[in-house]
Amino acid sequence: MNWIFEPWPWYTSGAMIALVMFLLIMIDKTFGMSSNLRTLCTICGADKTADFFKFDWKAQRWNLIVVLGVIIGGFIASFFLTNDPSVTINPKTVERLNELGFQSAGDAYLPTELFGLSAMYNFKSVLILAVGGILVGFGARYAGGCTSGHAISGLSNLQVPSLLAVIGFFLGGLFMIHILFPLIF
Amino acid sequence: MRTISYLLIGILFGITLFKSEAASWFRIYEMFRFESFHMYGIIGTAVILGISIVQVIKRFKIKSFYGQKIIFYPKEQSISRYIIGGIIFGLGWALAGACPGPMFTLAGAGFLPILIVILFAIIGTFLYGLLKDKLPH
Repeated sequence: MNWIFEPWPWYTSGAMIALVMFLLIMIDKTFGMSSNLRTLCTICGADKTADFFKFDWKAQRWNLIVVLGVIIGGFIASFFLTNDPSVTINPKTVERLNELGFQSAGDAYLPTELFGLSAMYNFKSVLILAVGGILVGFGARYAGGCTSGHAISGLSNLQVPSLLAVIGFFLGGLFMIHILFPLIF
Repeated sequence: MRTISYLLIGILFGITLFKSEAASWFRIYEMFRFESFHMYGIIGTAVILGISIVQVIKRFKIKSFYGQKIIFYPKEQSISRYIIGGIIFGLGWALAGACPGPMFTLAGAGFLPILIVILFAIIGTFLYGLLKDKLPH
C-alpha cells in the first residue's frame, strides 16, 4: 500500500478521473466543476442583478456537495496520504522557474512565492492570484465549462464545441506562459 | 443516501486531484512548456477511457444505478464563445495554476492564498453574468 503515499502515476490518475465521471453519469448527474461558481453567485444574491443567475440553485445543490467532498479529499490526501509533497518536475523546468524567481520549484507542491502564507501580504502575489481567479471564472462561464466539463466530459462525448474550448484553453495558457510570464515575473 | 454518494465521489475526486499533482501549479507550468508527459498522460487516459465509457453506455443502452435512461446532452453550437472563452480561461489557468476543481482541493489541503483565487473566480463568473448579453456567443 506504499504506492498510495507516493505521487500517483498519470495512468492511475487518469483512470480515477474517468471513474469519477462514470460514477456521476451512473447516478444521473454530470461531471463539471465550474458551474458551481455560478451557483455560488446565485446563493450570494446575484440573481437580483443579472438574469443569468436566475435559476433554481437548489437543483444544483448535489454539485456543491461534490465540491465539499473535493475539499475534504484535498485535506485527506495532503495530511494523511502524502509523505513528501514536493513535485518532481523536469529539471529544465526548475531551471527556468529559478530564473523567473521561483526558488521553491522542485521542492514544494505549490510555489511559496504565490501560495505561502507570507504571499498574502505581498501586493503583487495577491494581484496575480486575483487576476488569475477572475480570468478562470469569467472564461469558464463564457466557454460554458472548464477542464472537467469540456476537456473530460465534453471530449468523452466527442463534442466539437469542447474540442474548440480545449484548443482555446491551450492558446491562452501558452500565451500566458511563453509571452506574458517573462513580462510579469 | 444520495447525499453521501455525492460526498464520496467528491472525496475520491479531491484525493485524485491532489495525488495526481494535477492540482500543482508547477505541473501546469511544466505542461504548457511541453517539458513533461505527465499532464497529457492524465488527460489522455481520462479522455480515452471516457470515450469508451460513453460509447458503451450509448450502444448497450445502459441504465443508471437508479434505473433511469442516461441522456448525453450535446453542447450548444458556436465557435466564438468556445475559442474566446477558452482563451480567457487558459490565461487564468496558467497564471493561477488552478482550474475550478483543483482550487477546492488546494483549499482543503490548507493553502490559504487559494481562497483569493476562489473568491475572484466567483467574481469573474459574476462579471460574465453581467456582461453576457454584450459578448459575442
